[in-house]
Amino acid sequence: MSRFAATIALVAIVCAGPAQRGLHASDRPAVFRWAGDPEGGAPFVEADPSHPDELVGFDVEIATLLARGLGRRPEFVNITFTSIDQSIARGDADIGMSGIEDTPARRTTLAVTVPYYEFREVLSVRDGDASRLRTLADLRGKRVATLTGTIAYEILLRAEAEHGISAVSYEDDVHPFSDLAIGRVDAVLLDNVLAERRHRTISGFTIQPQTVAIGHYVGVLAAGNAPLRDTIDELLRGAMRDGRLERIFRKWRVWNDDQPKLYAQILAGQPIAPVIGLDASASVAAISKWEAAKRYLPSLLQASTVTIVLSCLSMALAVGIGVLIATGRVYGGRLARLALTSYVELIRGTPILLQLFVLYYGLAAAIRLPAFAAALLGLALNYAAYESEIYRSALEAVSTGQLEAARTLGLSERQVLTLVRAAQAFRLALAPMTNDFIALLKDSSLVSVLTVLELTKQTQIFATNLGSWVIPGTLCAALYLAMSLPLAAVARRMERHWRSGS
Amino acid sequence: MAEPVLHIDNLHLRRGTRPILTGVTLAVPGGELVAIMGPSGSGKTTVLRTVAGLERFDSGRIAVDGVTLEGGAAIPSSTLKQLRRKVGMVFQFHCLFEHLSAIANVCLAPVHAHGVAPAHAEGRARELLGAFGVQHRAAAFPRELSGGEAQRVAIARALAVDSPVLLMVEPTASLDPLRRAELGELLRGLLAQGRTLVVATHDEEFARDWATRIVRMADGQIAG
Repeated sequence: MSRFAATIALVAIVCAGPAQRGLHASDRPAVFRWAGDPEGGAPFVEADPSHPDELVGFDVEIATLLARGLGRRPEFVNITFTSIDQSIARGDADIGMSGIEDTPARRTTLAVTVPYYEFREVLSVRDGDASRLRTLADLRGKRVATLTGTIAYEILLRAEAEHGISAVSYEDDVHPFSDLAIGRVDAVLLDNVLAERRHRTISGFTIQPQTVAIGHYVGVLAAGNAPLRDTIDELLRGAMRDGRLERIFRKWRVWNDDQPKLYAQILAGQPIAPVIGLDASASVAAISKWEAAKRYLPSLLQASTVTIVLSCLSMALAVGIGVLIATGRVYGGRLARLALTSYVELIRGTPILLQLFVLYYGLAAAIRLPAFAAALLGLALNYAAYESEIYRSALEAVSTGQLEAARTLGLSERQVLTLVRAAQAFRLALAPMTNDFIALLKDSSLVSVLTVLELTKQTQIFATNLGSWVIPGTLCAALYLAMSLPLAAVARRMERHWRSGS
Repeated sequence: MAEPVLHIDNLHLRRGTRPILTGVTLAVPGGELVAIMGPSGSGKTTVLRTVAGLERFDSGRIAVDGVTLEGGAAIPSSTLKQLRRKVGMVFQFHCLFEHLSAIANVCLAPVHAHGVAPAHAEGRARELLGAFGVQHRAAAFPRELSGGEAQRVAIARALAVDSPVLLMVEPTASLDPLRRAELGELLRGLLAQGRTLVVATHDEEFARDWATRIVRMADGQIAG
C-alpha cells in the first residue's frame, strides 16, 4: 500500500537471505509461510492493538486454520498489498491472503484457491448526495476514488468511458474515504467490507445499498504450486462444511447471507466466475501480452506526459526557490541564514514521502490542495533544498578576485552578483543540476501516493491487470529513458559549449 | 610640483591585533608613475587595495581627484561609486571574468555601470585592445590568452572606465623581459595622456627603468 511498507517488506525479504527465498512447500515442511499486508488493517490483517507484535484478523485466522490442516506452523510474511501477486510468483511465501480478489488476471498467472468470502462492490457518497448519486451513471463528471490494483479500479476505468466519471486511485483504503468526507472526491467505489469498516471511524458519508459488482476473496499461490493449492481447497471446503469459516467471519462481524449461498455452490462443485457484474472478456488477462501492451501504450504515454510536465514545472519552481535560498544564505543576515539553513536541513533530513503526505493529507484541514498542485509543490519544495546547496557552493566557488575586479570597475553589488558571480556559478552548477533533474524525473513517481496518475503508477496498474511485470516494466523503462537521455544530451552539449567558450 | 591627484594621509590598518599599515603617507602628483617597492608583507598591495576601496582602514584619509575616504567607518556606497570612476585597478593575476570574451570583459563596466551604449562601448573597447596590440584576441576567452595578452586586456578593461588613476599589482610577474619593456612603453604612453599610475612591485629593474619615482615600504610604513 504505501511505499514505506514496500521498502520494509523488500528489506525483510533481502535480509532473510537465500535460505528463505524461493521457498516451496517441500523445502521446509514445518512452516506455512503466508503473505499479507497489515496496513490493510482489520478485519483482514492488522497488528493486535493490545499486542502490537501479534497479528489479528480473519485472514490471520484462516491462515492458521490452513496451517493446522497441513500440519505446519503458520509464519507471516509482510508484503505490501500491491506486490503480493509478484511476491508469491517469485516464491517469497506459500500463499497470499489479504482480502485478495478473484480476478481473471490472477486465474491466468497464479494458482488461485476456491473463493472463501463473497463481497459486493458498493458506492459511498457524502450524506448530502445520498439521494441523487446512487449509481455510477449518476456520477458523470465527478471524481470517484478507489484502491489501486483492485477490481473496483477496473470498473471505474470502464465507467470513465461509459459514464464520463473520473477515476482516482489511492495506495491505501483510508484516504479515499477521508478525502470523500472533505470533498476532494465525490464518491468511493470499494467492497462492502472496507466501506463498512471505514464507516465506523469516518463520518459524513453514506454507503449506497445497490451492488455495482460481486467479487470474492481468494488465496493465491505460485502457478507451479497447484498441488498445494488443491490440498488447501480441500481444507477450505472442509471448513465451509463444518462451520469453522462461518465462526471466523461471525467473530469479525462480516458474516452475511451471501456466504452460505457461495459455500453451497462451491461444495456442489459449481464454477464461480471471477467477477460478477464485470465483463471478464474485456480484461487484459484474457488477451495476448502484446495485444495488451498495444492497448495500454496510449495510457502509458499519457502518464509520461504527466511525469514530464510535473518534473519540468517542479524543477523550474525548485530552481527559482533554490536560487532565493542560496542567495539568502550567502548574502542574508544572521536570522535569515539561520532560518534558511534550518529549512534546508529539515527538508534534507526527512523523507520526501513524509513531506508529500503532510502536504496533501496532513494540511488538508487547513489548506486543501488539489493533488497535482500538492505534488508539484511537494517535489519543488524538496528539490529546492538540494538545488540551493548546489547554488550556494557554486556561488562560494567563484573566486574573490573575480568579485573584487567587478567592484573596482564600478559594478553595484547586485550587478556583481548577476553579471559575474551568478553567471559563473551557473556554469559550475549545471552538471549537478542536470543530475538532480534526472533524479527528480524518477522521484516524481512518489507522487502516486497523492493519487496523481504518473508513469510508474500507470505501469503498476498495467502490471497488476496483466499479472506480469515484463512488458509493462520494459515499456516503462523505455519511456523514462526516452525522457532522461535527451535531457542528459542537452546538458552535456551546454557544458561543452561553455567549456569551449564558443 | 603639480597638485597631487592621489593623497594618502597617515593611513592605519590592523587585522585583529596585527598592524598592517602604520601611518602611511604618500602624495602622488598627476602624470607620475610611482613604484611602491618592498618585501612581501610590507603592506604595498594593501595600500593599493585601500585606495581602490576594497579594504576598510582604521584611521587616516585618502583623497583621489576630489573623492575622500575617511578611516574608521564603512565607506558610504555613494562615495564608493564616485571613487570607482577615479581609480582603476589591474590585479596581479588579471582577474579577467572567466565567462566573458576579452572584448566583453572590457565592455561590461561601461555598459552596465556607466550607462554607455553597447555599440559605443564596443567601439571604444576595440580601440583600447588595438592600442595594446591585442585586437586580434577580442573574441578569445581568458583561459585562451597568454599571460601578457591577459594583462593587456586587463589594463584595457580598467581604462575603459576612463579613470585618471590606475593601480597595478605586480604587473611584470607574468612577463618575459621583452614583454616587460613593452609594458613599460605602454605605461609611459598612459602617463603621456595625463594619467597617474601607482604600481606595487618586486621588480627592481622595471621600477628603475620606468618609474618616475620609487617609494619603499617596510613593516607597514613608507621607508623612503
